[in-house]
Parts: sequence; C-alpha cells; structure tokens
Amino acid sequence: MRWEVGSALNIVSILLVVVVIAAMLIWVERRLLGIWQERLGPNRVGPLGLLQVVADMLKIFTKEDWTPPFADKFSFILAPAIIMTVVLMSFSVIPFAPGVGIIDSNIGVLFVLAMASLGAYSVMLGGLSSDNKYALLGSLRAAAQMVSYEVFMGISLLGIVALTGSFNLREIVQAQADGWYVFPQIIGFIIFLIAGVAESHRLPFDIPEAEQEICAGYHTEYSGMKFGMFFVGEYLGLVLISSLITALFFGGWLGPGFLPPIFWFALKASFFVAFFILMRAAIPRPRYDQLMRYGWLFLLPLSLVNLLVTGAVILAGSGG
Amino acid sequence: MFSLIRDTFTSQLVTLWRVFKHMFDKKDTVEYPDVQPYMFPRWRGRIILSRDPDGEERCVACNLCAVACPVDCIALQKAEDENGRWYPEFFRINFSRCIMCGFCEEACPTNAIQLTPDFEMAEYVRQDMVWEKEDLLINGTGKYHDYNFYRVAGMAVGGKDKGEAQNEAPPVDVRSLLP
Ligand code: SF4
Ligand code: SF4
Repeated sequence: MRWEVGSALNIVSILLVVVVIAAMLIWVERRLLGIWQERLGPNRVGPLGLLQVVADMLKIFTKEDWTPPFADKFSFILAPAIIMTVVLMSFSVIPFAPGVGIIDSNIGVLFVLAMASLGAYSVMLGGLSSDNKYALLGSLRAAAQMVSYEVFMGISLLGIVALTGSFNLREIVQAQADGWYVFPQIIGFIIFLIAGVAESHRLPFDIPEAEQEICAGYHTEYSGMKFGMFFVGEYLGLVLISSLITALFFGGWLGPGFLPPIFWFALKASFFVAFFILMRAAIPRPRYDQLMRYGWLFLLPLSLVNLLVTGAVILAGSGG
Repeated sequence: MFSLIRDTFTSQLVTLWRVFKHMFDKKDTVEYPDVQPYMFPRWRGRIILSRDPDGEERCVACNLCAVACPVDCIALQKAEDENGRWYPEFFRINFSRCIMCGFCEEACPTNAIQLTPDFEMAEYVRQDMVWEKEDLLINGTGKYHDYNFYRVAGMAVGGKDKGEAQNEAPPVDVRSLLP
C-alpha cells in the first residue's frame, strides 16, 4: 500500500488520527483553559495528565446509557450518529498533504458546506426528539443559528473560489504557492472564522447549548456514549474548521521545506485550534438576538461586498 | 454603527490578548496532596475539646454549644464528679452535619470547644464521621493557654471554696455589716 489519495491505508489512518486528536482535545482544551485562567488544568492522570482522556472515556463508556421513555427513540438515537458521520465525512475532502487525503473532489468546498448543513439536522433532531423544553429551546436556537451562519459561511468562501477558479480544495491549496489567501481575502477570513465558530457552536457562539441559560440545550437528555458522540463531534467540528481555515486561507501544507508538508498542516491547524480555545476562554457569549442581528445585518452585507470587490478586482486584473 | 462595530472588534481583540497574557502569570493552584496549603491559625476546621492548664477537662457540660449549633450536631450529657465539678458524660459531634460555622466555639463559656486548622476529615463510612468524646478530647489547652474556668469562676468546687478564685474577694457576711 502506498500513500496516495484514497488508498485504504490513507482512509484508515486519517480516520484514526482525526478521532484520536478530537479525543485528545478534551485534555488539550481543559489544560489550555486552565493555563489561561491561571490554573493548571487536569495534570494528575498519567504524565502531564495525558491519560485524562482515557479516564474520561472509561467514565463515559461505563455510564448508564439512558433513553428517556418520553423521547422519540428513533431520532433520539439517530441524532448523535448524524453529527459524527457528517463531520467525519467532511474530513474526506480535506487535503492534509500531497498524497494524504481521502477524496480529491472537484466540489470539495461545496461538499463541506453541504455536510455542515446536514449537521444542523443532528442538533435539531436531538432537541426535538428529547421532548424536553430546554432541549427544544436549544434546538430552535441551533437551527436558526446554523441556517443563518451557513449563508455567509458559503458566501465568504466564494471569493477564494473565484480567485482559484475551482472548488477543489487541493487546487485551492496549490494556488496559494505564491501568497496565502488570507491577505487578499482578509474579510472573507474573518467572516469564515466567525461563521465557523457559530457552525460548530463553540463558545462564544454556543447559544444552542448555553449551560447557564438552558441546561445543556439540545443534548440535555443525552447520557453515556450518545452524549460522548455529541461531545467528540463538537471537537471534531473544531478540528474540521481549523483544517479548513488552514487549507483555504493559510496555504494548507505549503511551507518552508525543512519540515514535511503534513507537519506544516498540523502546525497551522493546531494554531487555530488553540485560537478557538482562547476565544472560549476570553469572550463572553452574546445574546441570542444580538447573534442573529449581527449575522444578518452586518456579516451578510460584508460578505457580499467582499465577494463583489473580489469579483471586480479579478475582472479588472484580467483586463475584461 | 461603524464606530460601534469598530469598538466591539477592538474590545474583543484586547480581551483575547489580555487573557492570552495570563499564560505567563503565576498559577494560583496549590497542588494539594503534594503541597500542603498554608492553613490560617484561626481556620475553622476539625473541632476539639481542650483541657485546662491543670489537665482537667474544660467542658462543664453547660449545653450552650449544643444550643448555639445551627444544625444541631452536638449531643452531650451532663455528669458531676465527687468534687462537684460538672463534666460531659458523653460528648458527641456528628461531623457529617457540622458546617464548621464556629458558633459552638463562640458560645462556649470555658473555651473548651475549639475549631482547629485541620480539614482532612473524609471517611469512607458515614458512621465514622460521628466523633465521641475520646476522639475529640486533646491533652493540651488549644488556643488559650492560661484559662481555667474553675479558677476564675465563683462556683465552689472540691478544693476551692467561695471567694478563693482569682480576682475574687472573699464573700461578704452581710449580717456582720449590721450596726
Ligand atoms: S461548628 Fe457550627 S455546626 Fe459545627 S458543631 Fe459548632 S456550632 Fe455546630
Ligand atoms: S463545650 Fe463549652 S459550651 Fe459546650 S457544653 Fe462544654 S462548656 Fe458548654
């Protein structure tokens, strides 16, 4: 077996590495949050507390997996599976390095956006089927938030697509050989960053699950491994958004030759993972209506303007 | 509108930067089982019953502590020895209910009951949290070294009659004052 896009070795190792990294993020996030809050974070299980993940996993696997009798069983069980599936599916188009990846798709960007839309079903079904007021509120918020932030998440990427002339993530990375897209597309980058946080409903946009307001939102009724899947799904989403930002705006695997390409990718992606965790540590959650107004009245026009200006510049550059 | 957006953005960025700088600050965590935290002398922790400087039990079984206790976790029974001194026949504190408020210490007229800086009182069996007099009584005087209730109180006990306490004048024979 060789390292080429789509080989079985590739699929298995990407799947394993991505899931293990998402699980390790449980520890990374808690350590980093601790460090930024002048604490230490979990450091007692194993060296540096690295085995905390194992302990957490053991705990979550041995917990009672309870399905409430009033819940709608089928969709209740389906919901956590959807989020894991769609996020893992999205990873299939991410170009990690030359030869490392699962599909070399011509519609990579669209595929990721489509999967992100499907992810909304997970939180909606999870909240609806729980038959719980808090869960319902959470899923209402989630549905509105994800649907509206998806709009300009897509539009913010169109600038890049126009610059590259392709939806293929690999070609987008290769097109950045002489300049990362973050410079011409700085507005697109900021919008994508914000929309990405909102899509993966991480703090500060974790309004669908805001503990202090509505318990745990859409996963209030979940326990055991079903909750674990939502939990890991959220971290997978975090890795996914960081990888996407790396690939779309920061030149993916491109970097000085003294490190192998995959390291550059990992380095850039982990920077963004850490940045998202810093955002969680620092920024308070906006009110729900603030989030919506901010999205529709500010980010949407801004992303449209960005797209128009990009188009005009391309047109002027091509002498048309 | 735009100044609002600008201010919002800058304030978020400033917040991010300030929180990031905490990385280089000294951590507040005390890694407890490895590092013993400094316990303040007046910390309200495990309760003891102290003895007076002569080595006798200080507690006179007055029940004031039991009355003061907001959670009613002190139980005791008065007894009297051959000298007329009162002492508790049993003295029981249920530490699974005690909230370490220190009211008992404040109420005690003899400084017998005192709270100490020890907090390591976890038990696996709930019944073990009920402490009897043997467990509570220590051999020292606790925080107050010189105080001895029977030496300053006017009460007559074996070996000390009325008027013999410290700073106490002999009793006045009111009849002898008659003209
Ligand atoms: S410390 Fe408070 S709760 Fe505990 S025994 Fe004394 S009075 Fe009761
Ligand atoms: S400990 Fe103090 S307050 Fe309690 S019964 Fe004894 S003398 Fe009275």
